[in-house]
Amino acid sequence: MGDAVLLSKIQFAVSVGFHYLFPPLTIGMAWIIFFMQSMYLKTKNEQYDRMAYFWIKIFAISFVIGVASGVVMEFQFGTNWSEYSRFVGDVFGAPLAAEGVFAFFLESVFVGVLIWGKDRVSQKLYWVSSLMVAIGSTLSAFWIIVANSWMQTPAGYHVVNGRAELTNFFAAVFNPSTVPRYLHVIDGALITGSFFIMGISAYLLLKEREITFAKKSLKIALTVAVVASLLQLPLGHFHAVQVAETQPVKLAAYEGLFDTTAGAPLSLFGIPNAEAETTYLSVNIPKMLSFLVAGDTSATIKGLKEFPREEWPPLGITFQSYHLMVLLGIYFLAITVFGIFLLSRKKLYNNKTFLKVLMYSIPLPFLTNELGWIAAEVGRQPWIVYNVMKTNEAASIVVPGIQVLLSLVVLSLIYAILFSIWIFLLKRKLHVGVDEPVISGKQEEVTS
Amino acid sequence: MSLAVLQTIWFLLVAVLILGYAILAGFDLGVGNLHLLSNQKEREQNFYNIAPFWDSNQVWLLTGGGALFAAFPHVYATAFSGFYPALMLLLLAMIVRAAAIEFQHLLPEPEWKAKWDWGFGIGSIVASTLFGVAMGNVLRGLPLDSTHNFTGSFFGLLNPYSLVVGLLALTMFTLHGASFLVARSQGDLINKAKRWGSTTWKFFAVLFTTVTIWSYLAVPRLFENFFELPILWVLPFLVIAAIAYYPKALENENRWMPLLVSTINIAGLIGIVGASLFPNMIPAVPNPANSLTIYNASSTKLTLTTMLIIALLGVPLVIAYTTYVYRKLMKDYSQTGKLHKKANMGF
Repeated sequence: MGDAVLLSKIQFAVSVGFHYLFPPLTIGMAWIIFFMQSMYLKTKNEQYDRMAYFWIKIFAISFVIGVASGVVMEFQFGTNWSEYSRFVGDVFGAPLAAEGVFAFFLESVFVGVLIWGKDRVSQKLYWVSSLMVAIGSTLSAFWIIVANSWMQTPAGYHVVNGRAELTNFFAAVFNPSTVPRYLHVIDGALITGSFFIMGISAYLLLKEREITFAKKSLKIALTVAVVASLLQLPLGHFHAVQVAETQPVKLAAYEGLFDTTAGAPLSLFGIPNAEAETTYLSVNIPKMLSFLVAGDTSATIKGLKEFPREEWPPLGITFQSYHLMVLLGIYFLAITVFGIFLLSRKKLYNNKTFLKVLMYSIPLPFLTNELGWIAAEVGRQPWIVYNVMKTNEAASIVVPGIQVLLSLVVLSLIYAILFSIWIFLLKRKLHVGVDEPVISGKQEEVTS
Repeated sequence: MSLAVLQTIWFLLVAVLILGYAILAGFDLGVGNLHLLSNQKEREQNFYNIAPFWDSNQVWLLTGGGALFAAFPHVYATAFSGFYPALMLLLLAMIVRAAAIEFQHLLPEPEWKAKWDWGFGIGSIVASTLFGVAMGNVLRGLPLDSTHNFTGSFFGLLNPYSLVVGLLALTMFTLHGASFLVARSQGDLINKAKRWGSTTWKFFAVLFTTVTIWSYLAVPRLFENFFELPILWVLPFLVIAAIAYYPKALENENRWMPLLVSTINIAGLIGIVGASLFPNMIPAVPNPANSLTIYNASSTKLTLTTMLIIALLGVPLVIAYTTYVYRKLMKDYSQTGKLHKKANMGF
């Protein structure tokens, strides 16, 4: 059965990894689209309407891939992790169902209006729909983070009759990591959406197409991006402190800290080695970790050796993905602050180098989201529910390895195809320009 | 509220979510089943008619899955792991359909559109049939061990009885799709849809009779509840009345009539499935003691209560705005006659 478990792990990683490219993008974009719609309603300036509609079309292409790959998520707990489902269903199923009732319906009913209803409903309802889509997708993220945070820091339950049973719904929902993780993720979504819009606007400016349109979009997105990147400092910090308090072994892995240390340093770089129980080539800021975590330069931070070896997460991947995520976060802050500086000097729109940097930065927030997720999930191993259930005990008993292998191959293939189509369609969309009407009945009157 | 009452309520609520999916997604699945029979212009119409709705229709299934996970985790775990290859195929079909509906209109090239037409058609047929095959297997009973894990094989799931139930589901959805097209489409497609409806109706009637007789002979336990609680006969009566009236409904001046009749038909069928199973959720064969029932598969009282509150707060709201938005999207659109324009403009 060992191979079926490993394959299920890989399949889960591939499925979530692929899926998680899209929701942060669409959540971030949804709010920016809502802002543009609001400005249109307020100023009656057609430019905002065109803008919103162009981004809605881009949004639509991304949204459907998020939805299609999201169905796999919900099924996979039962198909590949049935022992997990039996063990935690009493606690874990509720947020998933709540997501459906409170968020998915809202998002999907109104996304139908947003994508297909521009000429079928009133301007007001269209605006309301853009708000509902933004709220729905943001709420949807909430319930998913609740479910996942419960796996990180389980609360509001007790183990009876060989399963986790709910004792307090609100304690389970607002477990210690829910709020810090949720804010961190939503802010990441705003960064992703705004960098995406910035990058494409920069591309249009570089190609000297749709100048007015692109300038306006760039300005809006840059404003969102700089605020979101700044906010990520306190939000990331808030989350890291929570990890230190509730998952000390994960923090020690993030920092490559083997020995329990008073006045622990903050690691900037290194290569942790579990066998040698040391971090090679480490570059540190002395006492900084203690200061950040406890507000006291001499506070004691637990090292990995404090915990049994078999409860250490894989160190290399946890450490590096965490460090790279933080580094990219700092890059986002630097680049957006510099962008605001250029904007204030009225040099933003004709600085070709900077525009190119923005364009090539499009993939980076996606990468950062993935890294953050890898750090969080790999950093929780070997547990599927921290300190309660091991990942290896959670897989389906009855599914043979060969079936998982087959589904893994097919799903990977489908994801690769969907990803290529996504890139291809985005390119085509940019190529044909802003005003080409694609969706809605209006196009017929135009083209016929 | 006692635990047993909560368990019964959740059995009903899961059934309601499945019913919501079957009725709403049923029309976009059914349109998909007929898609490849349509010509190019009609295919455009098909997509245009269902595009704003398919996603929210599908959420009924997702919420149903979430509710099953939360209320009856053992059923969710047993069924989803037991049906592994079938579910992976279902996921594949659902992904392809979704991409087809949203992507086909983005580029004008005929080869591009043709690929998605096939994806939409085949994906819908595969999904419609698989739902039925899964249902057939649950009705018939699954080989479960004492830990409620599935002990059968994939090919065991492809038994003749379940395959026929699969066909019944396929015709049920197709009938619904044809009825939807009668209500919503324009031009020639209306008459075509009527013909499809009338042909599918014959297959459906034969398959429904076959499955009923076969069930009576092979799985008599499915009838026990009906003899104990005769009021339940109203469910098969609904189905029979719907089948009997359907040809007349096609002739009705109100083009929504066939869709209404088909909706009643689906409600009756899903009601029959629920009434036949209760209180079982997955009956075990050959040893009924291993069956998953609403009593041994459910979550705790606290979870069921919490979830009930969530449902009572959320579901009326969902129904309210779904109805509002669907009416807006359907009404304004048919009034302006843009669809007609679209159907006649050619691509």
